[in-house]
Amino acid sequence: MSIDAETARKVAKLARIRVEEDELSALAGEFNTILGFIEQLQTVDVEGVEPMTSVTPQRLKRRADTVTDGDRQAAVLANAPDAREGFFAVPKVVE
Amino acid sequence: MTALNEMTIAAARDALGRGEITSVELTEACLAAVEGADALGAFVHKTPDRALEQARAADAGGAGALRGIPLGIKDLFCTSGVASQAASRILEGFRPAYESTVTRKLWEAGAVMLGKLNMDEFAMGSSTETGVYGATVNPWRAGDTALTAGGSSGGSAAAVAADLCLGAMGTDTGGSIRQPAALTGITGMKPTYGRCSRWGIVAFASSLDQAGPMARDVRDCAILLGAMAGHDPLDSTSVDMAVPDFEAALTGDIRGKTIGIPREYRVDGMPEAIDALWSRGREMLADAGARVVDVSLPHTAHALPAYYVIAPAEASSNLARYDGVRYGRRAALDQGDGITEMYEKTRAEGFGPEVRRRIMIGTYVLSAGFYDAYYNRARRVRTLIKRDFEEVFAQGVDAILTPTTPSAAFPLGSVAHADPVEMYLNDVFTVTVNLAGLPGISVPAGQDAAGLPLGLQLIGRPFEEGDLLNTAYALERAAGFVAKPARWW
Repeated sequence: MSIDAETARKVAKLARIRVEEDELSALAGEFNTILGFIEQLQTVDVEGVEPMTSVTPQRLKRRADTVTDGDRQAAVLANAPDAREGFFAVPKVVE
Repeated sequence: MTALNEMTIAAARDALGRGEITSVELTEACLAAVEGADALGAFVHKTPDRALEQARAADAGGAGALRGIPLGIKDLFCTSGVASQAASRILEGFRPAYESTVTRKLWEAGAVMLGKLNMDEFAMGSSTETGVYGATVNPWRAGDTALTAGGSSGGSAAAVAADLCLGAMGTDTGGSIRQPAALTGITGMKPTYGRCSRWGIVAFASSLDQAGPMARDVRDCAILLGAMAGHDPLDSTSVDMAVPDFEAALTGDIRGKTIGIPREYRVDGMPEAIDALWSRGREMLADAGARVVDVSLPHTAHALPAYYVIAPAEASSNLARYDGVRYGRRAALDQGDGITEMYEKTRAEGFGPEVRRRIMIGTYVLSAGFYDAYYNRARRVRTLIKRDFEEVFAQGVDAILTPTTPSAAFPLGSVAHADPVEMYLNDVFTVTVNLAGLPGISVPAGQDAAGLPLGLQLIGRPFEEGDLLNTAYALERAAGFVAKPARWW
């Protein structure tokens, strides 16, 4: 399994990380090094083995479905790079 | 007499209790040490005013287990009103409106915060040089070369080793407490997954992350862990079970205990000093009355590749929240840029190369068509790795002894020239413990030919930290490691 520049472009797009055109082939090379290392997992016999979902043998605790927090608009917006009139502001999404 | 900032937590606690010293005196000694140690790059946000305020409050009374004890906190913990940016540019300017559960418990126990400590960006690294603050330098030197303090909790390790604080908070996803502890000659423990709340700690790989103590000795780790641990309704993976008195478990008596030596940890090219230390550790525990047996953990070799699927997969999901909208730094946009350009530019500028690489690897292994081949297979291998440990413990083994790291501290800058996989090998002895959710502790146990500290790791049964700490205590007493770095900073 080898990753080419086109696949690297697709992954960068999925991850929403801008990668310049001339950096794609170097990135693909790094991916291939790491994936080559990961590839050895294919040699392990995992027949009949369940994928781990929880490392501790506990069931998640249940709680009442009630509101326990809220009414903190100012604190929620305090760290926003751009907040206006009680909202997070972003560039125009729909033309 | 030991300088105040060089005291152990236990000694300072006792001296404070007897009224021989005040927390303000102790805190001022630490603050002075911090001020004189900028060359180490350990403290990245200093909070002297808050420290003195907490110290004065501690001197005024209270009964907490950490009353008046000055600590340093890894930058991964959210601390209310104090910069908390996981050593990342993308969290520049972020000041949380809330306090992580673990640090809240420390302050409630009376501890004093000196400031925030350096780390690898988002805890992804083993050398504390990938973050926005620049590198942490190990207080230990061999010649004139600047060495790494390990990572990702390298700032915490250097701060404790250089006597800037009495203890520090670290986090450990693949070895990030134990490896830096070993490379700086201090003691560091990763508790069982679920022992401490992860709430308010910047998430890297949620199924592996765990906070833990870094301190001068085993007793101090036991004291800190007692204050940190416990169920938290805000973290559904924190376990609802009683927190025992870990310090009371330290009898030093390990007669009749069984210690396993896993043959798969004898890796090719292991330096002679590490191998010799491991053999000495085995003898020390046997001399203390433990039965030492050879054990097998057959899936060990597959742990690193499984980790480097699972951790990036979880990171790609956790780090999706850094989008330049709700907190942190947004990239400057060009005329006409839409929301996608905002995300892509913000994340390209805000994350360093290693973080970007791991997010993209994680994205790839989770993408349609590869999910089964990589991610699900890695989770199956993880089940096998945990089963290996369960089988060894079922044979009556109480703890497993291994080296903590495959080498002593290495020169800063060397990982930049290595390929990513070579860097990942630093975690070879520690990462299995995270995958199996077990408690692990690194104890300083010797020095190499150049005088650099080396650590031994003990791995315990889940939720039996008290027993593990006691075995570590016996090892610590037998090893008698007292060396300190010569001050050059």
